[in-house]
Amino acid sequence: MLPKITRRQLVQTGAVLGASTVFAPAKLAFGQGDVPIKVGMHDPLTGTYAAEGDSEVRGAKMALAEINAKGGMLGRKVELVVEDDSANAGLAAQKAHKLLEKDGCAFLMGAVSSATALSVNQVAHDKKVLYMVTGGHTDPVTGSQCHWTTFRVCTTTYMLAAGLAGTLYKKFGGKWYFITPDYAFGHTLQEAYAKLLKGMGGTVLGNSLSPLGTTDFTSFLIKAQQSKPDVLINLCDGQDLVNSMKQAAQFGLMKQFPIGGGLSELEVLAALPKEAKVGWWTLEWWWDQPNTPHVGDWVSNYQKTYNDRSYPSARTWFGYAGLHAIALGVAKANSLESQKVARALEGLELPSEIKLQPNRVYFRPGDHQLMSSEFPGEIIQDGTYPHLFKVADIVPGEKIALYENETGCKLDYQA
Amino acid sequence: MTLLIFNAFNGLIQGVFYALMALGLALILSLNSVINMAHGGFLVIGAYLAFTLSPYLGFWGALIISPILVGVIGMLVERLLVRPLYKRSDPLYSLLLTFGIALVIEDLTRTIWGPQGLPLEIPDIINSPVSTQYFFITGYRLFVVAVTATAAIGLYLLLRYTLLGIRIRAGISDLETTSALGVNIYRLRALNFGFGCMFAGLAGVLAAGVLGLTPPMGNSLIMPSFVAIIVGGVGSLLGALLGGLIIGLAAGITTTYYPAASEAVIYLIMLIVLVIRPRGLFGEQGLFE
Amino acid sequence: MKRILPTVLWGALLALPWWLPAIGGYTALGSKVLIYGIATMGLNLLLGFTGGLSFGQAAYFGLGAYGAGMTLKYLAPSTPLAIVVGTMAGGIAATLLGPLVMRRRGIYFAMITIAIGQLFYFVAVRWNEVTGGEDGLAGFARQDIHMGNSVIALTETNLYYLVLLCFTLAVIVMWTLLRSPLGHTWVAIRENRRRVQFLGIYVEHYIWAAFAIAGFLTAFAGTLNALLFNFTSPQDLHWILSGDFVIMIVLGGMHEFFGPLLGVLIFVVAQDYLSSLTSNWMTFIGLIFILIVLLFPKGLLGILGGGARLA
Repeated sequence: MLPKITRRQLVQTGAVLGASTVFAPAKLAFGQGDVPIKVGMHDPLTGTYAAEGDSEVRGAKMALAEINAKGGMLGRKVELVVEDDSANAGLAAQKAHKLLEKDGCAFLMGAVSSATALSVNQVAHDKKVLYMVTGGHTDPVTGSQCHWTTFRVCTTTYMLAAGLAGTLYKKFGGKWYFITPDYAFGHTLQEAYAKLLKGMGGTVLGNSLSPLGTTDFTSFLIKAQQSKPDVLINLCDGQDLVNSMKQAAQFGLMKQFPIGGGLSELEVLAALPKEAKVGWWTLEWWWDQPNTPHVGDWVSNYQKTYNDRSYPSARTWFGYAGLHAIALGVAKANSLESQKVARALEGLELPSEIKLQPNRVYFRPGDHQLMSSEFPGEIIQDGTYPHLFKVADIVPGEKIALYENETGCKLDYQA
Repeated sequence: MTLLIFNAFNGLIQGVFYALMALGLALILSLNSVINMAHGGFLVIGAYLAFTLSPYLGFWGALIISPILVGVIGMLVERLLVRPLYKRSDPLYSLLLTFGIALVIEDLTRTIWGPQGLPLEIPDIINSPVSTQYFFITGYRLFVVAVTATAAIGLYLLLRYTLLGIRIRAGISDLETTSALGVNIYRLRALNFGFGCMFAGLAGVLAAGVLGLTPPMGNSLIMPSFVAIIVGGVGSLLGALLGGLIIGLAAGITTTYYPAASEAVIYLIMLIVLVIRPRGLFGEQGLFE
Repeated sequence: MKRILPTVLWGALLALPWWLPAIGGYTALGSKVLIYGIATMGLNLLLGFTGGLSFGQAAYFGLGAYGAGMTLKYLAPSTPLAIVVGTMAGGIAATLLGPLVMRRRGIYFAMITIAIGQLFYFVAVRWNEVTGGEDGLAGFARQDIHMGNSVIALTETNLYYLVLLCFTLAVIVMWTLLRSPLGHTWVAIRENRRRVQFLGIYVEHYIWAAFAIAGFLTAFAGTLNALLFNFTSPQDLHWILSGDFVIMIVLGGMHEFFGPLLGVLIFVVAQDYLSSLTSNWMTFIGLIFILIVLLFPKGLLGILGGGARLA
């Protein structure tokens, strides 16, 4: 019933097929004059992070329009192929395979969930394709698991902490209690803050680890309250931040001590009810920058494009800057070969109309991390969308990031 | 020590919430013999309807109307999708069907209201702590307890003293005979399913006051409800109620010592119950076994 | 016709890396279908043929994946070793847990499998230092296979053939099992448990056997999955994945030998295709669930009359 396949036949077939793949790239290089260049983007469009994913895609699409209006990449039209990864690492890896093999994408970009960033990082490295991580924050992406293929737009957890720590210490004092989401992003963020705090002479009163997706933060808030901190540092992100702040407000803790934290974003601020709109946070980009050139135009452009009364967020900017960065790298390298583009991106500085912030914004050669700024500030309690945040300072990334040799990254270019 | 008491207390309040979910689930399981994996989905509908209605009806109006609407939607779903499954003996089908319904509900919610989190504003009177020492017993949480207690008592009164209630109990006990005695069991099952969903909708409105509204918000709340039913005993409504309280309490106590395990401890308890005494506290032996 | 069908099918599987990309697929998709095929067909020994409603099978899939990944990362850069360790990890876990599970039926059986599954999920998520926690396990890669003097590089296509080989092995094992007295007893238990008990057969032990064997097979699939993506994460252990396995089985036909494979094919391909097309693909998947349950409870293969009927 079953056809007899000997091991030998299998091995031989496999060897022949393996050999044949050598010819594949050569085949692609011929006659490509008018064939568009495809960039594959993976982001969650369903599930918990759908709002953030959607913002990133919007930003990328804006960049796409601009790039094509100026003649595309190397004179060829660019197409953006978007796949939903539902914040599922396995699905993200699968879609990465699809984007590369089926759609023939030259480059990859995307990610909101850190796990997806790591899984696609692996695929990109296996396939030797450039991967621009837009919004996956976990440090190993440009740290212990960095690869020559991978670049990142959003900031590291160390940068997030360093942007705000000094302000909180000066304003409120040095006795801090932490509520940390119990996964890599939270851990590294808390370690960064703790290190910075101790360096300034403060003390860590305690650290509650809350499992990701916790709905009830009461016990952590009780512990926090009992420790009588100068500041409660809430490092949760996304929906966890919304829930924990809501509950903190209901407990009246806002009146007892100030709250500060890690990352926040426009999507999260918009979801907070009024009594929870409290605290000091770090954003990675903010639309209201009256003194920075090009920002106002970009915001108007966004509103003309999408016309739904929403405003662009940091995520939108990640997608926008990410795709533009790839285009700039291609232009500088004058090639679509990932290794050449990667080399070209090292040290590449984003021009004013793309970086949309003051300070020098460039990809650091040692770890491929974009040195973009942090925007620490305070939530406006009575604010209505989009006037929800008041930026206190725009801190240049290169001043607050870990040194390249501290990140644990060893880029693995092959000869 | 105080921390333990605080956490235990808070756990009980959480447990009340699980109990409310579990009650609805138990109703549907007992009479309709349906394992309703979409229960979390009905919770979500309840929450979002409350969000949409509250500008017009206020919080209190939404609190009353939203669950009723969810009940009606539940009855529609029962009529169209669930009814054909009654002839089949394998509970697998209802499980898979409701699994599919849950996916559709989550996606439609995201499509209609968008993926971003939405806040539900609750009236200030109930939204403040009762005392400074026990600050975590907010007015709202007591409110949740009060509403759940009212709902549970209401259900009890319905089952005990009304004709409909007696029929439901009869149906749970022996559906065939009940039908033979002339009761329209189709309508009975439809109404029962509606009641169950109504409880889920109510839980949704209450949840929205503590959590933000997101399309996947039902997913984390449905498993504890199933555990509550198993622990309390499949087939017993009182069991569902107590089961919810017990697992809430257990989770609260665990949080004092090892917060990372607070979700896992719920499954651990279920495992222990299933191995030692599968019928739980009040379940009937042999039911579903 | 029926006689040529198996040959045609196997031929198609062998030639997959050629024709699949041409119709809009990609090799990794083919590998995934076969991997999930092994997992679901293994689960079906328990679900469809013995009647055990297991909703926690992903636990063993995940154990296999983590076992393989951790072997490659911490133990030794050997792909065959990774496969063996992962399979053993999942299989032994299932064997040890069998006694807890075997005495229950129906919803209790389902819930106990879920509970076990979630406890493994919890370990994977909390044991950050070893498993990588929520971020998943990365930093390992499948290694080339050294056989004597020749080295087979595990490229995408070669991996597919390895997966196909494993699939073939798994099929042979399952086919043999189902035709054996063990297999027949399973079916008897599904049809009329009480009667089998009255025949003096200790039903629980057979269920235990089914549970354990299903565990080994699913873990085997899990190891291959880790090798395919060079990555695994706690989502590979979650009850939602378990639910997906079950729906794939029902979709294809749970009383048919190759039913699960057909279900996997349809589900994975539909999900892949639909999610590229629309962000509302979840609605479509949900509708597929609903339609299958309402209209095709025997699964598609069940209606078509079955390819390899055994019971």
